[in-house]
Amino acid sequence: MLERIQRLGAFGLSFCERLGVSAVLLARVIVRRPRFVKALPLLVEQLYMVGVLSLVIIVISGLFIGMVLALQGYNILDKFGATVQLGQLVALSVVRELGPVITALLFAGRAGSALTAELGLMQATEQISSMEMMAVDPLWRIVSPRFWAGLISMPLLTVIFMITAVYGGYLVGVGWLGLDPGQFWANMQSSVDLHKDIMNGVIKSGVFGFVVTWISVYQGYYAVPTSAGIARATTKTVVYSSLAILGLDFILTSFMLGGW
Amino acid sequence: MQNKRIVEIMVGFFILVAIVAMFLLAFKVSGFTDFSANHTIKISAEFDNIGDLRVRAPVKVAGVRIGEVSDIVLDRNSYRALVTMLISGDDKIPTDSSASILSESLLGSNYIAIMPGFDTTFMRNGDKLGETNSAIILENLIGQAIFKPKDEKGEKSNV
Repeated sequence: MLERIQRLGAFGLSFCERLGVSAVLLARVIVRRPRFVKALPLLVEQLYMVGVLSLVIIVISGLFIGMVLALQGYNILDKFGATVQLGQLVALSVVRELGPVITALLFAGRAGSALTAELGLMQATEQISSMEMMAVDPLWRIVSPRFWAGLISMPLLTVIFMITAVYGGYLVGVGWLGLDPGQFWANMQSSVDLHKDIMNGVIKSGVFGFVVTWISVYQGYYAVPTSAGIARATTKTVVYSSLAILGLDFILTSFMLGGW
Repeated sequence: MQNKRIVEIMVGFFILVAIVAMFLLAFKVSGFTDFSANHTIKISAEFDNIGDLRVRAPVKVAGVRIGEVSDIVLDRNSYRALVTMLISGDDKIPTDSSASILSESLLGSNYIAIMPGFDTTFMRNGDKLGETNSAIILENLIGQAIFKPKDEKGEKSNV
């Protein structure tokens, strides 16, 4: 009995320790003397790796999600004779909920896992230790640009996802199902609010980007430097990120609908 | 060197595309009609019953949107609803205009329609519209139609 309680205590302590280590890592990445001129090329390279290379999957998923949303929504709205509201349905669901969440989930799978694997392999092949030997701060040279690139790319990708999904809905609703384009846009514009809907969606995506890159950077930097350890760290990144995204999404939505 | 250039160009395009997408979202999807900007005047009106009117509902003259409802409070003395509206400063509303609450369709949301009067003086910031018509409550209408005396029933067959 006592042994079990001890094990529980050990688990709690190690959990708190990992949380503390990740917070220290985050603080050391964020709080540092800015060196813009030297850091900018590194950041641009990571923006390419994290942002530009994720663009294809984001655009394609956005297009298909908008299209399927329009198709499903049309069939449901048709029962109430309210198909003119299709634009509103597609735009609100994409801008408020699907845009930030699905972009973040795809981002965790596409960019987060890559970040973890890359950092884990660097740790395993002792590239990070050798950098420390040469008095190059690995946090500055390796971790910081990746973190900032993730934080910056995520809202940009979300905005691109949103607009592709809306045009995907337009494609199906107007091009295929034959709705009036004027009504499609007008009903959308009368119900979507720039601050309440779009800005809140972008804020959500910023929070998701922060959490996902934080988790992936931490998991990669502190991965067990073996091939099995890297595999576990990559899996953990995707699992933890997805859970964090869905949980935070509920919390943020309840704040935002509560008039926050 | 060439490779780095391509990377930088791609990142530039990425950011540019995101900015364009943000503009499209702002103007095409949300319509970006922000009446809280400057150059608006605030007028108010008291209603007996506002029905389903909500904050941010449109204010229209002849069906054209000129502003929106910014605040709805209950007047604790008269038990009437005090509705504050933000109206574009370019639109001059005669002081003897009347405001009524109409609905966009049978099940649609409510809006305020202002019927312009004939006065040559115009509403200024903080003024109050005197003449108002309450929202038409569907349940009351049905009640009236059902409990109408029998001799009038023939004429009102189109209710």
